Amino acid sequence: MIKIINLTKRYDGLMVIDDVSLEIADGERLAVIGSSGCGKSTLLRLLIRLEDPTSGSIIINSKDLHSLSEEELVKLRGKIGMVFQSSALFDSLTVGENVAFAIREHTNKSENEIRQIVAKKLEMVELAGKEDLMPSELSGGMQKRVSIARALAFDPQIILYDEPTTGLDPLTSAIIEKLINKIASELNATSVIVTHQLSTIFRTASRIVMMDQGKFLEAGTVKQAKSSKNPIIKDFISAGLIQ
Amino acid sequence: MLAKVNDLVGAFLDEVGAVTMLARATILNIARGKTNYTLTIDQMVKMGVNSLPIALIGAGFVGMVFAVQISTEFVKFGAGKFVGGVMAISVAREFAPALSGIIISARVASAITAEMGTMKVTEQIDALKALGSNPVNYLVIPRFWACMMMMPLLTILADVVCFFGGYLVAVYLIKINSVDYMSSAQQFLSLWDVFGGVIKSLVFGMVIAIIASHKGLITRGGAKGVGEATTSSVVASLIALFIINYFLSVLFFK
Repeated sequence: MIKIINLTKRYDGLMVIDDVSLEIADGERLAVIGSSGCGKSTLLRLLIRLEDPTSGSIIINSKDLHSLSEEELVKLRGKIGMVFQSSALFDSLTVGENVAFAIREHTNKSENEIRQIVAKKLEMVELAGKEDLMPSELSGGMQKRVSIARALAFDPQIILYDEPTTGLDPLTSAIIEKLINKIASELNATSVIVTHQLSTIFRTASRIVMMDQGKFLEAGTVKQAKSSKNPIIKDFISAGLIQ
Repeated sequence: MLAKVNDLVGAFLDEVGAVTMLARATILNIARGKTNYTLTIDQMVKMGVNSLPIALIGAGFVGMVFAVQISTEFVKFGAGKFVGGVMAISVAREFAPALSGIIISARVASAITAEMGTMKVTEQIDALKALGSNPVNYLVIPRFWACMMMMPLLTILADVVCFFGGYLVAVYLIKINSVDYMSSAQQFLSLWDVFGGVIKSLVFGMVIAIIASHKGLITRGGAKGVGEATTSSVVASLIALFIINYFLSVLFFK
């Protein structure tokens, strides 16, 4: 369970997230939608404590994220996987080394065990046998899948996706969307998907929240969002459908 | 005008504060045993071994140029037999540590900032944190150790090459007696001159690594930002090096 309580984030006087509260149930696939620059990615960064809020708190598994010590935070981050918008693969490491990174850093597993875990994770994202390639040798969609495999290293309970399909062609987007659903059901993980791609919202979300001017607008399920009477949600979805 | 000066001073103090905090975090985490030895050795090879050719070529030619200048003048005053001693002191106290520092600033500080800056703007630093790793432990500490360890080694080698570069010119070009050159060096040079120079280079290495890492970790704004951070890293490292060099020279050799 993730609880966001009266969360506010401000940069040099610019209000990005304005006193919002939200609960995300275990196993839920929450899509956070909104136009570019509305604060969606900032919300994800706060959820994994890459940034600290101006005020308010985030409770994950009954622990206040911002009162954790560095060691407790490292432990909690092991239960959270994050897929970055730019994939953020370590470009000096191979695909296999990227996926193995956290396992090597935080466990004492043997190289043989690590190899097996890496092979399993790459198989999950349908990239079996690509361990020795460098990130620069992969397409955008493949990089995104490696990034997902890396986020799955410790079978996280929560997976945060930052624009997982932005910039990808429709076929590759569909592959990633299927993967998001597959992982959520296989790991029974909570997914928070930040996106403005309608296909991703419709194919992956079990619940939708829209961000507008720093506030959350509850849009409900995909069906409810499509028939929403809220003009902001309605405009966002109809603009996307026209595109 | 006053507001501008105020802003500049404020920005400078902020920067000094941030560099100091990074130095503190680095040293504390080293004390907590967070050094990754594999990465450190890798960085030592990249920084030290790969900087060796330019450091030695630089040191050799600086030694030769300095010997041309002082030998010519000293011979005019009948003081040719002191050239070796002056060379030895200048090289050990100033030329070798400062030259190694300048070369490491130009070659290594730029590389550290460019690499970390690129990682920052492509979210790789955030990915490191999200994967539970501390960028200070994974990126800064290995570079800090490598710079700190390799600078004294480069300085000692530069000492030798610079001094003997001067010997070649003084003895074979200016025709100073080789025994005079060597014996005056022996007479003038104390162990502290060499040791002081090596300590200076160790401090330079620490400062260069911290400034370059700091500049990399705060990089913003894509390729342009990486370029600006890299330039600013070299400039800041060199300015810090010149200032620290003055104070250490006064402290050690006055």
